[in-house]
Amino acid sequence: MMANAPSVGAWKSIGAESVQPFSPIRQGNPMIEQRIREKAKELLSRKDVDLVIGFGRGTLPLRATPLFARTPEEAEELIWNSFCAANLATYLHKLSRFKVGLVVKGCDSRSVVALLRERRFEPERLFLIGVPCQRMVDRRKVQRVAPGEILDAREQGDRIIVKGEDFEIHLKRDEFLYSSCQACLHRNPPKADWLASPPVEESALTEAFDEARLFEERPSEERWNFFIKETSRCIRCYACREACPMCYCSECFVDSSRPKWIGSGLDPSDLAFYHIVRAYHQTGRCAGCGACERACPMEIRLSYLTQKLNRDVKELFEFEAGLDPKDRPPLSTYEPDDWQEFIK
Amino acid sequence: MRRGPAKLEKKNLKAFLQTLMERYDLFGPVRLAEGVSVYKRIDDPQEVDLSSANPQKPLKEVFFAQSEVMFRYEKAGRKTEVRSTEEVERERIVLGARPCDIAAVLLLDQVFSGKDYTDVYYAKKREKTTLIGLACNRPLSTCFCASMGGGPFVRRGSDLFWIDLGEAYLVEFLTEKGEALSQNTLLEKADASEIDLAKALEQRASEKATSSLSIEGIEKRLDEMVESPFWDRVQEKCIGCRVCTYLCPTCHCFDIVDEASRGQGQRVRNWDSCLSPLYSLETSGHNPRPTTRERTRQRLMHKFNYFPKNFGSVACVGCGRCIIYCPAHFDIRKTLEEILVP
Repeated sequence: MMANAPSVGAWKSIGAESVQPFSPIRQGNPMIEQRIREKAKELLSRKDVDLVIGFGRGTLPLRATPLFARTPEEAEELIWNSFCAANLATYLHKLSRFKVGLVVKGCDSRSVVALLRERRFEPERLFLIGVPCQRMVDRRKVQRVAPGEILDAREQGDRIIVKGEDFEIHLKRDEFLYSSCQACLHRNPPKADWLASPPVEESALTEAFDEARLFEERPSEERWNFFIKETSRCIRCYACREACPMCYCSECFVDSSRPKWIGSGLDPSDLAFYHIVRAYHQTGRCAGCGACERACPMEIRLSYLTQKLNRDVKELFEFEAGLDPKDRPPLSTYEPDDWQEFIK
Repeated sequence: MRRGPAKLEKKNLKAFLQTLMERYDLFGPVRLAEGVSVYKRIDDPQEVDLSSANPQKPLKEVFFAQSEVMFRYEKAGRKTEVRSTEEVERERIVLGARPCDIAAVLLLDQVFSGKDYTDVYYAKKREKTTLIGLACNRPLSTCFCASMGGGPFVRRGSDLFWIDLGEAYLVEFLTEKGEALSQNTLLEKADASEIDLAKALEQRASEKATSSLSIEGIEKRLDEMVESPFWDRVQEKCIGCRVCTYLCPTCHCFDIVDEASRGQGQRVRNWDSCLSPLYSLETSGHNPRPTTRERTRQRLMHKFNYFPKNFGSVACVGCGRCIIYCPAHFDIRKTLEEILVP
């Protein structure tokens, strides 16, 4: 069963009526930022939550950083722009004793729903500040087209203007999105206690951004070579695991010494094994936020793997993770009429 | 008296490296993908990429590999045969190392071949290595080497020092080891204008690499901060990955494991990270550093308090990798400022 994202009319009931709807290209709207701040201040001053987790200004251009506001004054530091890429739901695991206001995009909200479905938290201790997402800009893609180090960046309408010591370039924002954002079908948070703006119009997946399909269509040898080439760069820092809200096992299989599932070094087969298992553990749980790939310092392509698994789950079980808290994830349930064509 | 500087035309670089490879094992920065490089053994001079800034993985990797077999063992009848892997057969050259990474290796020297202890795996590689430093003509905005006692043209620790002049490298001979390469016929005499150009580049880079951060008094300040609530806030955004420690040129913790099966095996040492919960987990199940609060504190304490106490200098060279690659965008410069100006 697929749940519906909030209809365009529904936002009115949760208090976003004062914000004018806008086209996707005009986002980066300071109105959203202001509304997030106001809501956070309200939640904190009324002591509805102990803290609000949102985004603050990074110390480098093209970056935002997680911000933990515990007072209304600190909530003034909250920002909203095209670089608020992290999935903040990952912090909920270490804040189990607190009431948390969490700023969520579509994908982040889906992660929260999936975690609630796995009974990780009591829903009462969360207040979801939903932000219909304009899709986030991949800073590495931007840096790649710049002739030198980027020292300043700002958004203006549908453009990003980046400056360095001896250059200024204007880029079309939508050409520099994260691949996970280009493939996103659920930009509106399926669950939010309040929305910072009216929902945006969802876009369909175009062929060019269907990484899973593009990967699938290549011959198997080529797929394997690509996968091995990517994973061979892995340094086992586990940033992909830690950035992912769905990776919360108290002992990850790679850290287990009894039994010892995996070698401890950089043997290519161990690296491949880690990435295969990490991806498979996401089946039917992944919101496709791309946090794993963004976190990787070695720029290993990862999200095509989870995208493929997500699509398989959708095709086989008509299920997408994190859309409806009542839906049971297909891999944790059993029905007599489950698809079983793979049994020969 | 050392020989005066020479120059190496860039068009001769590959041929030059080829001649080095006849006598040495060569290591240098290699691009693995767009925007991603590491130091590794060079099989083909074509691979060397001196164009980008610091590789992701730091120079320490050459002397203290992320994963290194220490010895192999095999049951032979009633005895066990052990074969050590500590010997380094050939002389080595590392090229393209930036001054910050070399400064970090000088710090690691104190740990791995210092007055208390000699780690043969590290020391033997280090002894057999000639280091070619490469000046940073364009320090990045994340570089703060100047605040850590370094600089983009600091030559300390280099045997040879190269400065990119555009079409050629100026080659300075700084040690006897370095001078051993001076007879290479591809090295030409540098003229006065080239030496002047190098000086101008040095001047410009040094002006650019000014960092306002000052860490004077950091060790003392941290002495008073062990139980400070400060750590509660600093740790908040840490997701507990190992990026900052693995990519840090001075972090040097490791873990030793036996990988054995059916009468044979190997003892391997792997990088370890104080940011991992497993690092301090005891057999009883107790973990003295149970949360990212204690672990983040450990990382900063080791660099700016324990290391100065043990070796007289901070264990940070200002390379900026932890700032660039942290998935949560933790900026150590900001934290250091907050420690010093509460």
